[in-house]
Amino acid sequence: MVLDASWLIPALPLAGFVLLLVFGRRLGDPWAGWLATAMTTAAFAVSIVMFASLHGRAGNDRSFTHELFTWLPVGRLQVKAGLLVDPLSITMALFVTGVGALIHLYSVGYMHGDESYPRFFVYLNLFAFSMLVLVLADSFLLSFLGWEGVGACSYFLISFWFERDTAASAGKKAFVTNRVGDFGFMIAMFLMFSALGSLQYGVVLTGAATLSKTTATAIALLLFLGAVGKSAQLPLYVWLPDAMEGPTPVSALIHAATMVTAGVYLMCRISPILVLAPGALTIIATVGALTALFAATIACAQNDIKRVLAYSTISQLGYMFLAVGSGAYVAAVFHMVTHAFFKALLFLGAGSVIHGLHDEQDMKRMGNLRRYLPITSATFIVGWLAIAGIPPFAGFWSKDEILANAFDTNKLLWLVGVVTALLTAYYMSRQVFMVFYGEEREREHASEPHESPWTMTLPLVVLAGLSFLGGLLNLPWKSTEFLRKWLEPVFGERLHALDVPAGTLWALAIGTVVLGVVGIGIAGGVYLRHRVPEDRMEPLVLRRAWYVDAAYAAAIDGPGRLLSTWSAYVIDLKVVDGAVNGVGTLVRATGDRLRRVQTGYVRNYALGVVIGAVLVLGWVVTRVQLS
Amino acid sequence: MSIDASWYLAVGGIIFTIGAIGVLVRRNVLVMFMCIELMLNAVNLTFVTFARELDDIGGQVVVFFVLVVAAAEVVVGLGIIVSIFRRRAEATADDISMLKG
Repeated sequence: MVLDASWLIPALPLAGFVLLLVFGRRLGDPWAGWLATAMTTAAFAVSIVMFASLHGRAGNDRSFTHELFTWLPVGRLQVKAGLLVDPLSITMALFVTGVGALIHLYSVGYMHGDESYPRFFVYLNLFAFSMLVLVLADSFLLSFLGWEGVGACSYFLISFWFERDTAASAGKKAFVTNRVGDFGFMIAMFLMFSALGSLQYGVVLTGAATLSKTTATAIALLLFLGAVGKSAQLPLYVWLPDAMEGPTPVSALIHAATMVTAGVYLMCRISPILVLAPGALTIIATVGALTALFAATIACAQNDIKRVLAYSTISQLGYMFLAVGSGAYVAAVFHMVTHAFFKALLFLGAGSVIHGLHDEQDMKRMGNLRRYLPITSATFIVGWLAIAGIPPFAGFWSKDEILANAFDTNKLLWLVGVVTALLTAYYMSRQVFMVFYGEEREREHASEPHESPWTMTLPLVVLAGLSFLGGLLNLPWKSTEFLRKWLEPVFGERLHALDVPAGTLWALAIGTVVLGVVGIGIAGGVYLRHRVPEDRMEPLVLRRAWYVDAAYAAAIDGPGRLLSTWSAYVIDLKVVDGAVNGVGTLVRATGDRLRRVQTGYVRNYALGVVIGAVLVLGWVVTRVQLS
Repeated sequence: MSIDASWYLAVGGIIFTIGAIGVLVRRNVLVMFMCIELMLNAVNLTFVTFARELDDIGGQVVVFFVLVVAAAEVVVGLGIIVSIFRRRAEATADDISMLKG
C-alpha cells in the first residue's frame, strides 16, 4: 500500500541530518546545502504522493495509523512509535516540507560564504525531521519528542552565530521560555495517562468523551500552556522577537512558517477534548485575540525590519488561536497555511534586503529600494497585500474566515480582531513604504544595494505565487471549500457551523477590506507624504514593546535574583554543605574518642580478651543452667 | 585404680589460670610468650581428658591441630621477638607501643 511509505517523510530529512553530520565538512559550501535541499524536496514529493493517495479515499477512511516499532518495551507497558496519517497531519507535512524545501534552497544562497555553512544545514535538516515527527506522530509522547526536538533546533539556530552575545542570550531566552510551556504539556500528558491509561491519539481522542468536564478542561488548558510557549502567545511571547538574532532563513522557517504553528496544530488535534471544555475554548479565543492586538500595536513602532515581522507573526498566530477558540479549526489551519506562504515570503524578502544592503536591518536607513531590488520588492509587495487582507490575495480569505467565525461566536473578540486587521495593514504598509518607497537615506555601507542570486529569488517568486493563489484552497462558497471538505473527517461535527446570513458575511468582508485600505492610507500619509512627523506615530511605550521585557527583567532580576542568592548562600552553603560537612565532623569526632581504646599495651588487649572470654563463658553457663 | 578425670581437669584449670595471669601481669615479652604456651597446653590437657573419658577420638585430633598451630605460632612469635631484641637491649611489652591510636 502506498501509505506504508509514509515513514519516508521524516526519514529523508533524518538521513540528510546523519549524512551532513558525518560528511558535512567534506561536502562544504555549497554541496552540503544542496544535499539538505534535496532531502527536504524528496520528503515533499513523498508527502504529495501520500496526499494524493489519501485524497482518493472516502471521507471516513482517511485516517491511517502506521505502527513502526516498539519504542519502550517495559513489561506490560509497551510504548509504540507510529505515524498517524490523516488529512490534518498530511496538510501540515505538505507545507512544512514544501515551504521548508524553498527555504532550504534560499539558504543555499543566503548562507554562502559563512564559516559554518555545513553546520547550518545539519540543524536545518534535524529541524525538518523533528517537525515532521511532531506532526505525523500517532501519540502525544512521540509528538512531544518532536516538540522538544524543534525547540532544541530553534535554540541551536537562534544562537547560530554564538560569538555574538545577543544571539547566545536570545537562544537561551527562547529555550527557557519554552520550558515553561513544555511543563504544561508534560503535566497534561500525566493527567491523560492517569485518566485514560494511554497517550495514543486514537485512544485518548476517542476516549475523551468519558472524561469529566474538570479533567478535560485541565488537560485542554495545560496543553494550551504548551501551545502558548511554542506559538509565542501572551504572556510567553517574549522569546520570539529576540529569536530574530538567528539567520533570516531560520526566522522564516522556524519562527514564522512552521515551528510556531505547532501550538495551533496541537489545539486542532485535541479538538475532541476542547469540545468538552467550553471554558477553555473561551480562554484560548481571548488569549489569541488579545495577543493579536497587543503584538500588532508593538509592530507599529519597531524599526528593525525583522522585528516588525516577528511581532506580526505573534499577532497572526493570535488570529489562529482566535479561530481555534471559536471552534473554526479549518479556518485556523487555512490561516496557518496561507500565513506560512506570505510570512515566509516576507521574511525571505527581508533577508534579501538585508543581504543586498550588507547586513543592514534598520529600516530608518533604507528607502526606495525598489530601484535596486526589483524582484525582491515586487514579491515583498505581494506578501504585503496578502497579509494586509486585500482581495484576492491569500491572507484576505483566511483572515476573513476567522473574523466571520469570531463574529458568530463572540462579538467583542471579533471587534478586537477587526482593529488588529486595521493595525496589520498599517504596520505592514509602514514597513513597505519605509523600505521600498520614499527617498533614499544615508547608508552605512558605501556600495550600491544589489539583487540576490537566483537561489534566493526563485523561492521568493514561488512563495509570491502561493501568497497570491493560496486563497483558492478554501474560497467561502459551498462548492469551493476544498480545505474544509478535505479536513472534514478530522473535525466532523465539532467544527463550528457558521450561522450568519450571506448579506452580513459580505458586509463583514467589505468592511475588513475597507479597514485594510484605511490602514494603508494612514501609513501612506505618514511615511510617504509626511503629513504627520514619524516620531509622533511611534511613541516610546510601543517602541519599548509596552515595557514587558523590562518588567520581566525587573521581576527576574529583583525577587528572582534575591531568591537565587538566598538559595545559593543559605540553602546551598549552610544547609546542603552543612549536612555534608556535618557527617564528616561526626565521624572524625567519634574516631577521635575511639582512638584512645587502642593503647598499644599488649596487656590491655589481653585483659579485653579475658573479660570477653569470661563474659561469653558466664553467658553460656547461665543459659545451660536455665535450660 | 585410675585417677578420677576431675583431677586432670583441675590441673588444666590451674595451669590455664597461671598462664592467663602471667600474660596480664608480666612485662617481659618472652615470659608472656611462655604463658601463652601454658594456656594452650592446659587446653590440650583438657581435650585429652575428655577424649579418654567420653571415648571419643575427636578430642585427640584437635590436640594435634593445636600443637601444629602452636608450633607455627612459636615460629612467627619468636621471629618477631628476635627482631625486637636486635633493635633494643631488653624487651618490655609496654615499651613496644608504637601502634597505639
